Amino acid sequence: MEKILLKNIENPNSTDINEYIKAGGYTSLPKAIGMVPKDVTEEVKKAGLRGRGGAGFPVAMKWTFASADPKFPKYLLCNADEGEPGTFKDRPILEKNPHLLIEGMAISGHALSAEYGYIYLRGEYPAAKHILEKAISQAYDKGFLGDNIAGKGVKFHLAVHQGAGAYICGEETALIESLEGDKGQPRIKPPFPVNVGVFAKPTVVNNVETLSNLPYLIAVGGEAYSKIGSPDCPGPKIYCVSGHVEKPGVYELPMGTILRDIIYTHCGGIKGGRKLKAVIPGGISTPVLPPDKIDCPMDFVNMPKHGSMLGSGAVIVMDETVCLVKVCYRALRFFEHESCGKCTPCREGTGWLRKILGRIEKGEGMDGDIDLLLSISGNMLGKTFCPLGDGAASVVQNFIKHFRPEFEDHIRSKTCTVAG
Amino acid sequence: MFSEAAKKELQEIRLRYPNARAALLPALYVAQREFGWLSPDAYETVSDLLGVPKAIARGVGTFYAMYKHKPAGRNIVQLCTNVSCMILGAERLVDFLKNKYGLEPGGTTQDERFSLVIMECIGACGTAPAMLVNDDFYENLTENYIEEILQRYK
Repeated sequence: MEKILLKNIENPNSTDINEYIKAGGYTSLPKAIGMVPKDVTEEVKKAGLRGRGGAGFPVAMKWTFASADPKFPKYLLCNADEGEPGTFKDRPILEKNPHLLIEGMAISGHALSAEYGYIYLRGEYPAAKHILEKAISQAYDKGFLGDNIAGKGVKFHLAVHQGAGAYICGEETALIESLEGDKGQPRIKPPFPVNVGVFAKPTVVNNVETLSNLPYLIAVGGEAYSKIGSPDCPGPKIYCVSGHVEKPGVYELPMGTILRDIIYTHCGGIKGGRKLKAVIPGGISTPVLPPDKIDCPMDFVNMPKHGSMLGSGAVIVMDETVCLVKVCYRALRFFEHESCGKCTPCREGTGWLRKILGRIEKGEGMDGDIDLLLSISGNMLGKTFCPLGDGAASVVQNFIKHFRPEFEDHIRSKTCTVAG
Repeated sequence: MFSEAAKKELQEIRLRYPNARAALLPALYVAQREFGWLSPDAYETVSDLLGVPKAIARGVGTFYAMYKHKPAGRNIVQLCTNVSCMILGAERLVDFLKNKYGLEPGGTTQDERFSLVIMECIGACGTAPAMLVNDDFYENLTENYIEEILQRYK
């Protein structure tokens, strides 16, 4: 498949606007501006584009809700708070292909009649901040941002807003709170951001990868775009693979590529010819899979049928030397640290799960600890304010579901017999 | 107090938002750079310049992991130990920093040259283990490589 999202990233000057234009960039924006906004949304609908942040929500539907709200101005926010452990798919776009994102945002801005956009960039990507700010200033100079884009009187202004180290700000209402200068704690829905978002105005929040699909989508049209990847869930997808594979990294492949092929064909299989033990397919919050369950198409529609989720497409591969009790404990240490503290099941539950997993990991586990973990996580599922708590609970439940003997062995042997 | 350049920078930042409150996070970054950390004086300055109450500025600032609330070393080593880095040896690197430099997580070396912050995923999982030193990414770390990198920071 030709590269769409990671096109030209090997070019050392790929961040420069002239290089982007030379490679055919900034031609979809004038084309989109020549269309009435609702026709742009119609193309996105025909394309079947789903949000790439993790939830897979149909993009055109979100846009239609925001467009239908009579309040102005409207805002477009790019979620560049890429913090899901294992995920590094947006970073190459932000650092190597910033104009693709800017062009995508300007196209989306026109479709929404949004006049202002912000890129909410995680604090841990300082290099990307400078690259994006320089690219934005180049786009203003060439008239692709500003008050009169492509000489057609279309207005769209864009700025970078830097986060400050809070995973929860990847949740869209927490992101909005943070952009408004508050603690990143999620809001209750409804009202949804498409009606009452940032500064109480209709707001669309889309992921970096989602928005970066738009220049190509508009160039070829929704129908041609929909032929790429899974029929249920079209388009290219950036899978980012880490852990024990021969060739970890980012792979732009058709959406719906089989997980086993990603690991064994594209990434060269398990490092050193060792045995596969477990795979987390879509970032740490998604359910872990044992080696016999990896023949699944990696898209938003099919992964739930195979017992997991696509999430961010962040594949973490673990070989036989890894202690899964330790991995589960480390994941819960993360969730406890990142829980925003707003709701009790998440704030307390993540802490208790971490403590119990910690004692099992140290060889101090007690009989009944596994049932206690299942009971606490069962009391969190579906009862937390936002998906962070659900993610934490489901991590524990799925590790135990697939690898219970390893937890039992830890408690019985009072030590780790896998990693020593 | 902010330098004149920082005041001007803050005025420019303010223009990106429809209200002053939204400029709080970027203002705290400017303050952290100016004061070295978010001291009570830093909060007071931000509060006065933006017209945001001190209690709110501090309440918001302390929510976020990347604002520092005690003086830090001249260089911040930010080492990731989340799952992808952990399974490729990040914990060994934490031990190495402790043994070789006396650098504990959350601590600062006696000569104030380095502070160590344990990070929750810095988006470099494909080249794990990874760290940031100040604003610079370093990937595929080993003990020897860390030693070589840290020599560049005085």
